[in-house]
Amino acid sequence: MKNKNTIEISNLNVWVDNQYILKNVNLDIPEHQITVLLGPSGCGKTTLLKSMNRLTDLYKELKVTGEICIDGDDILKSKRNIYEIRQKMGLLSQKPYPLPVSIYKNIAYGIKLKGIKDRKLLDYNVEKRLKEVGLWDEVKDRLHSSPDTLSIGQQQRLCLARGLAVKPRLILADEPTSALDPLSSKIIEDLFKKLKEHYSIVVVTHILRQAKRLADNVVFMHYGEIVEQGAPDQLFTNPQSPELKKYLVDGN
Amino acid sequence: MKFRVLQNISNSWMIVSLCIILLIPFIIGVVLYSKSIPVFEITSIDQLLFSSTWKPTQGLFGFLPFILSSLYVTLISFVLSAPLCVLAAIYLTQFASKRLVLIMYPVIDILAGIPSVIYGMWGILIVVPFVGETLAPLFNLNSSGYSILSGGIVLAVMCIPYVLNMLMESFKTVPMGLVEASLSLGASKWESIKHAVLKKCRTGIISAFGLGLAKAFGETLAVMMVVGNVVQISGNPFDAGYPLPALIANNYGEMLSIPLYDSALMLASFILLVVVLLINLFFRYLICKTQRK
Repeated sequence: MKNKNTIEISNLNVWVDNQYILKNVNLDIPEHQITVLLGPSGCGKTTLLKSMNRLTDLYKELKVTGEICIDGDDILKSKRNIYEIRQKMGLLSQKPYPLPVSIYKNIAYGIKLKGIKDRKLLDYNVEKRLKEVGLWDEVKDRLHSSPDTLSIGQQQRLCLARGLAVKPRLILADEPTSALDPLSSKIIEDLFKKLKEHYSIVVVTHILRQAKRLADNVVFMHYGEIVEQGAPDQLFTNPQSPELKKYLVDGN
Repeated sequence: MKFRVLQNISNSWMIVSLCIILLIPFIIGVVLYSKSIPVFEITSIDQLLFSSTWKPTQGLFGFLPFILSSLYVTLISFVLSAPLCVLAAIYLTQFASKRLVLIMYPVIDILAGIPSVIYGMWGILIVVPFVGETLAPLFNLNSSGYSILSGGIVLAVMCIPYVLNMLMESFKTVPMGLVEASLSLGASKWESIKHAVLKKCRTGIISAFGLGLAKAFGETLAVMMVVGNVVQISGNPFDAGYPLPALIANNYGEMLSIPLYDSALMLASFILLVVVLLINLFFRYLICKTQRK
């Protein structure tokens, strides 16, 4: 059965000062699956992820061409509100960056930006999202204290909950477990497996084992290009390209 | 063994240096206080602080006009410079191109390095005529230009490099990831700056303002050159004033034939020291309070 795609990327090029960071990337992100972007550091995985919600806008030196279509709408050329487009995606970065406000307000932030001020609705959402990431029981008594009191793993889940609160269709995770201990990492990974029922998920990682554990769909990148992509069984047991073969040998 | 001895020597040196640094302000305070005792003996402390009669020849020393002038000038300089510094720091750290920032750093350093007498000259040549001939007529007022407002404007410009520099250092510590996180939740750049950057930097902003205020309160020469140096209490910023540091600098060594005058000036210095200390303590307190939140 062929899945619907959440994002369709075609001919994406990103370069800075005549040096390519991404070269001719063509990629479909299928709905309700975990797509893992795998590859060595500096191969452009993070840039690819950031292009998807146009955080590349922040770096003026980057030049971006190509098409990134979400719901048939090319976000690189879209005249539509960029803020609305970004709310379709929840971002989870390498380190958790909780906003410098209370736990409650961290989650309410994105909802408030949509113009929702109703207290009951906010309360409901905060509770729902915190439960969704399994953090509710741990923080329900200190919702109004600073997230600095949480452990890094809890903070990362808080950031995930904050992203979910704007009702995205897609979760973009950039090496989400690289700062976490193995137990917290496992919680995040398990969450992803649960969340893919409702969301499409893109995970950037350089950890081979994590890719094997999570992926429904693996994209292997090397020096800004997609070298190979496909189902994990097929890709890991029968790699075609010399780059991936080497990565599989060295990575294990 | 040899290592131990060396270690002990270097440790005790560090402690001695630290003590010297800590002792200096303390000694200054004690000396200033002891020198100002004679004036306490004939006048009560609240008369000294809250009387507005300044007649040294009759032994009447009321510091209120000087204290109010100092506070007024400082307040004006703060009101003028604080928003400017915050906005400039936001622009330079969040929006400006790298090249502009590279140009701005030496400019800020130069502004900080200009001797205050030059600021004073600039004040006399530009700010005083501007205030006297352009601004005052706008409000239907008569002013020579030598006024509290001129002092405040000159002070504001003098404080900008210090406050701006500290604000920029503070804003630069905000990780890009935090701004990205806010943007990815659908915030605009400005909303992200307001909710993420400025909130994250609360303590940095407070300490920058504290530094600016303390510096403005103690600044002497440039203010003295443009502020008019008339002993009076007036709410009108176009009137002349006479801040504490100007009083000390103008009169110490000149009017000492008048009995108790030197003691009164010592008291003025002591008040200055205490106020600067209070400003610092107050901002320390604010910093502690925001950090605990």
